[in-house]
Amino acid sequence: MSNVLHTDNITMQFGGLKAVSDLSLEINQGGIIGLIGPNGAGKTTVFNMITGVYTPTSGKVIFNDQDITGLKPDRITALGIARTFQNIRLFQTMTVMENVMISKHVRLKANLAEAVLGLPRYSRARLKQYDECMELLHKVQLDDVVNEQATSLPYGKQRRLEIVRALATQPSLLLLDEPAAGMNPNESQELMQFIARIRDEFNITVLMIEHHMEVVMGICERIYVLDYGVTLAEGTPAEIQNNEKVIAAYLGAVKKDA
Amino acid sequence: MDERKNIKTTLTLVSLVLLAGILYWGQNNLSTFQIRILNLAAIFVILGVSMNLVIGFTGMFSLGHSGFMCIGAYTAAILTMSPESKELIYFMEPIVPFLAHVEWPIFAAVIMAALISALFGFLIGFPALRLRDDYLAIATLGFAEIIRIIVTNTITITNGSLGLKNIPSIKSMWVYWGCAILIIIILKRIINSSWGYAFKAVRDNEIAAEAMGINVFHAKLLSFTIGSAIAGIAGALMGFLITSIDPTMFRFLFTYQILLIVVLGGMGSLTGSVIAGVFITIIMEWLRVVEQDMNVFGLLTIPGLPGMRMVIFSIGLLMIILFYRQGIMGTREFNWDWLLDKLKIRRGSKRGVSL
Amino acid sequence: MSMDVLLQNLANSITLGSLYALIAIGYTMVYGIIRLINFAHADLLMVAAYIVFYGILVFSLPWWASFAIAIVLTTLLGVTIEKLAYRPLRNAPRISALISAIGVSFLLENVGIVTIGATPKPFPRPSELVWNIHAGGISFLSTTIIIPVVTVILLIAVTFMVKKTKIGVAMRAVSRDFEASSLMAVDVNKIISATFAVGSGLAAVGGILWSLQYPQVDPLMGVFPGLKCFIAAVMGGIGSIPGAMIGGFILGFVEVMLVGFFPGVSGYRDAFAFVILILILLFRPGGILGENVVEKV
Repeated sequence: MSNVLHTDNITMQFGGLKAVSDLSLEINQGGIIGLIGPNGAGKTTVFNMITGVYTPTSGKVIFNDQDITGLKPDRITALGIARTFQNIRLFQTMTVMENVMISKHVRLKANLAEAVLGLPRYSRARLKQYDECMELLHKVQLDDVVNEQATSLPYGKQRRLEIVRALATQPSLLLLDEPAAGMNPNESQELMQFIARIRDEFNITVLMIEHHMEVVMGICERIYVLDYGVTLAEGTPAEIQNNEKVIAAYLGAVKKDA
Repeated sequence: MDERKNIKTTLTLVSLVLLAGILYWGQNNLSTFQIRILNLAAIFVILGVSMNLVIGFTGMFSLGHSGFMCIGAYTAAILTMSPESKELIYFMEPIVPFLAHVEWPIFAAVIMAALISALFGFLIGFPALRLRDDYLAIATLGFAEIIRIIVTNTITITNGSLGLKNIPSIKSMWVYWGCAILIIIILKRIINSSWGYAFKAVRDNEIAAEAMGINVFHAKLLSFTIGSAIAGIAGALMGFLITSIDPTMFRFLFTYQILLIVVLGGMGSLTGSVIAGVFITIIMEWLRVVEQDMNVFGLLTIPGLPGMRMVIFSIGLLMIILFYRQGIMGTREFNWDWLLDKLKIRRGSKRGVSL
Repeated sequence: MSMDVLLQNLANSITLGSLYALIAIGYTMVYGIIRLINFAHADLLMVAAYIVFYGILVFSLPWWASFAIAIVLTTLLGVTIEKLAYRPLRNAPRISALISAIGVSFLLENVGIVTIGATPKPFPRPSELVWNIHAGGISFLSTTIIIPVVTVILLIAVTFMVKKTKIGVAMRAVSRDFEASSLMAVDVNKIISATFAVGSGLAAVGGILWSLQYPQVDPLMGVFPGLKCFIAAVMGGIGSIPGAMIGGFILGFVEVMLVGFFPGVSGYRDAFAFVILILILLFRPGGILGENVVEKV
């Protein structure tokens, strides 16, 4: 299995605060990897470092053998990493379809003049993008609300929309930041299947931050545990669940299912 | 296949023909005064839509519009004034030699005005657009003032505070409204294109836009440059309408009036800016009455209050922003779909977006 | 430049710097607490000047009474503006509040034009306050001393208030963390009103002192000083009161000295401040004493 992303001892320092220290992650192609830990452990900071929102104070981020440390977020998205946000960041004045179409801009091979003049190179490309987005929305059963205001959707659908919007950028690595936040057990279950399905259908790798342990243990093949910006443990769900340090710092006593 | 699309195209063409007809009738039947007001309205419509592009559609609170108008106005004026006029008007210090014998046709001058304004928009946008909302406002205001101060002081190019007179006069409604309609069509196409989507995404959520692959800075710079270019065209047209310009015309007051138009019409609606542009221009003229002495029933004279117009406008702006923030149109646009929906004409495709 | 002229310029720069500092504090306090550039702040300067103008010339009040009334009324006006034009927009997008501030500023200026007239009028300088001083071969106005002295006294008072009094501490808390403060039983509205009151009061004093130094009043007299004072506040670090003071003095100094040494650029005098602003915003937006706030993603 090839290594899609790895970070080499990345550190993030904000003034006197070290949010993340010497973190080395390794994400393999096609995997679903979990990133868990108490609040404030630095998980979203790690996402921000990978996606270019923050430049690591030291260390490197390597994606598909390319050093992407310090590149800006839009460049990194163009290279194939997409993400969702902890607090949903949908474009509030735009419809569901428009939200997804935005992600196509980065892949558009035409210029503004062609658009204004209505030349075929633009209009054909755009129509094709429309159809691609429609197909995506159809796959996730959001095609009935295509023209609705994105923020008028129920919470669960908004989260799904955010994931689809990220998928529309045609990534090879998808970063999900607490996708199950605010969901009840049923919805979390559906989300788990949803994530597994898109990993298979779109042939991508998924790295996700989550607090819902059923989701993490149920779907992640490997898990990194973060605490105070440092890797506490790393391994399969079974290993993590039995790791004493992890239990002490985060999980508490975990009930063992039959 | 999509019968609606054919209907819509026909409707658009018919409206354009109708508009042409109205312009023809107006040009031949309205009084000089009425034509002048309508031409002024066209200029304000152009200003409104261009400022709306920057503030309403891309979410950048730029207060520098009057600066770009100034550049456009001076560029076009200097290029089109006859050499004799130049010798006459520049009596404090003669004009710089390479401009002394220049006399371009109107069309070329307007294009040049757009290009120079776009250039300045690009140069100013480069540093300024990295700034946040409130700082951007002050920085662009500062730049507009710097432009004005430079224009006032470079006497050999601009004739300084004396201003320029004898600018060729254009009275035809075809020119002003022709420009306005062309600009509206172009802007509509830009806004409905992928770049327009990018602008709106930047407005709604910059961080998410960047995460979806949009180069936010490029998008802002593009929007700002286009807005400046169009402001430059409006400035050029202003010169041709009034035939004389000077630096004090382009004070912050001007930007303020355009801001009023944008807010009244709805930040994020081209239709709104068109409606508000015409409305405000007419109201501004009509309110002149308040600044003159009023004769009531021949019995008493209420003295005119100069400056009262602006008081009313200020109150108007405050009322709108406090109680009616979305303006007339909000972020909605007039489009044929709305009309056809009302007339219950069947949709061919369910595609609810413009591409 | 001869010694006399140099001294004169130095004195002028201290005076101008004091005036800028007084007005800049109001900007920085308001920005620090509600993140709003109060475009209308500088117009309060004009309002105070006019109240004194009318007090002395029309109502024949003694100067100290006119001053007192001006300060009180202007402070009330500042607080009222916040209540009516800014508070309702506190949860609206930032652009709305900015537009409202611009609207208030324009309203004040144009009401001024309508009621008082756009032509500048000479300001009645009380002879008890303004007289010529002759010392060591140079002569200067008493205001050259009075203004900086008054300014320093007020600056010390404001700094004391902000550091030692309960209200001052509350002000600093609210500007640090709005929500947390309201959860700590701080009456945020009251604190904001108090902030506006202090800022407006200082602007009023600034307006009166300004008119003593430059005895000409017109409805637009606050426009340029206002912009420059905001720039001074940014230079010193927006949100920082000592920063506003430093920024004010530096700006006053640079402005006077630059024109003093290079008289040819006096036409560009007002442009300097803007150039400085743009440079600061680009290279050190936190200003001299300020800090950088990172948006949480």
